[in-house]
Formats: sequence, structure tokens, C-alpha cells
Amino acid sequence: METGRKHPNYIAVWGGLAALTVIEVAVAYLRIERHLLVLTLLLLAVWKVLLVALYFMHLRFEPKRLALIAMTPLPLGVLLVVAVLQEFAGR
Amino acid sequence: MTHAAALPSADPHPESGTGVYSKKLGMWVFLASEVMFFTSLIGAYIIIRWGSAEAWPVPHEILNIPVTAFNTFILICSSVSMVKAYAAATQGDQKGLRLWLVLTVLGGATFVGVQVFEYLHLIHHGLLPSGAREGSELAAVVDQGRLSAVAAGLFGSTFYVMTGFHGFHVTCGVICMTWVTVKAFRGGYTASEYHGVEVVGLYWHFVDLVWILLFTIVYLI
Repeated sequence: METGRKHPNYIAVWGGLAALTVIEVAVAYLRIERHLLVLTLLLLAVWKVLLVALYFMHLRFEPKRLALIAMTPLPLGVLLVVAVLQEFAGR
Repeated sequence: MTHAAALPSADPHPESGTGVYSKKLGMWVFLASEVMFFTSLIGAYIIIRWGSAEAWPVPHEILNIPVTAFNTFILICSSVSMVKAYAAATQGDQKGLRLWLVLTVLGGATFVGVQVFEYLHLIHHGLLPSGAREGSELAAVVDQGRLSAVAAGLFGSTFYVMTGFHGFHVTCGVICMTWVTVKAFRGGYTASEYHGVEVVGLYWHFVDLVWILLFTIVYLI
């Protein structure tokens, strides 16, 4: 059984998530180049997702196999989107 | 298995081959299917938006970003209260467990409430899943040629499908979390028997995680 589990500083993670949300909203209103904007926003979102998954869902402290189970469908999803987007490739 | 049950060291939560107890493994496998579910919805949105022949509406001209940003913050807070409840449960802190669980339920319920308010507001201003409502503010924008009727329809349908399914998940989470909270008030969790809190908590955080992506993709980009 898993006893004596370490608890990271959850309030610090919360502060990070709140700060990243404020930055995201601020970035969304910036008048910067569209591709740069989309890339920045996606990176900030992935950063937040990682904070939630690693610390709140404890993936950082779990066997790696659990993360693999959860991520298994992702390549399939990406493949699906990329394949269908080929329909529009010539436009 | 009466023999096993009679042994004093019998583990009520046998580990699976992955090194975690079976209920947690079960939740992670379920979450994997949820990843597929939301990936297909987001994937469909990307394809529809990318492939749209008409100019896509600017999200912040139709949606209320500050209110939704506040709602995102509420959901993040409820994720923190959830994880604090879990920490309290593992330490056998009954008072802390109950307090944090109540706050978590309130956070989730507030999120759903704000989303209902948002939907009513959007419908009032004319955004329906089928596009701009006749005679509405948004219909006037379409009539002036500033937004195509087709793009408004695609925007409306993708917006309501994605946020609606997410809202449904949060609602299910609030129902499950209420159940966990009631059990906690009845003393159903101890320092060695906290697994229900952890497993439902995983679902809760996953729903928060999906919202982080949806907020970025649907509202900000």
C-alpha cells in the first residue's frame, strides 16, 4: 500500500496556475502575430495541464505506467486530426 | 475467499500489476477513454475551424472572456481544495477533510452556475447551437455582413457541444463529490481508508485539466 505519501506544496501550484491564467488572458489581448499568439497560448495551457497532472493528480509520484495509460489515446487523436486536415491541405 | 478474509494482514485494496490499487487503475483507464472523447471533440473543432471557408468569428467579440476567466479560476480553486481534502484524508484529519470537500462541491457548483448564466446570456444575445437567432443582436451583425451565417452556425454548434459536454462532466463530478462529502461527514474515510476521496479526486482534476485546454482553445485563440 502507498503510505507516507509526500504532499507537494499545493498552494504554490495553485498560485502558479492562477498566475498562468492571468498571463494567458493578458496575452490573448496582445496585438501580436497570430502564429506567435497561438503558440504562446498553447504552451501556457500545456504548462498548466502539466501542473495539474503532475502535482494534483500525483503523476509525478506514481508509476510511469499510469501516465502511459492516460496518454495512449493522444497519438491516435493527433493522427486523426492530421489525417482529416489533409483534406484541406491544398487550400 | 473466506480464507484470505480471515487473515489479519489481508489487504482490502490489492495492488494491480501496475503497482497501484485496482480502483485507481480503473479510474485511470476510464480517464484514458475520456482523453479520447475530448480529443475527438477538440480535434473536430480544429478541423471545422481550420477548414471553414468563411472567416471564423473572433471569440472575444461573442464570448465574455473576463467572466469565463473568473470561472476558470473558480475551477482551479476547487481543484486545490480537492487535493487539500485528499491530503487531509491521508493524514486522518476529519475536520479538514470535511471542510475542503464542502469547498470543492461549492466550487464545482459555482462553475456550473456561472456556465448556465453564460449560456442564458449568449442565447439572449443570439448565439444558438444552430447559429444566430433571428431578430437578435448577433443576427444583426450577420445581416450587416460582418459575420457569415455559416460561420456563426459552426461556431455555435462547436462551442455548445464542447463546453456542454464539459459542463455535463462537472455536473457529474459535483454529484459524485456530494456523495463523497456525505460519506466523509458520516466518518466513512480514515487515514488508511481514503481511496474513495483519491479516485473521485482524480476525475475532478481531469475535468479541471480539460477545462484549461477548452478555455485556451475555444475562448482565447
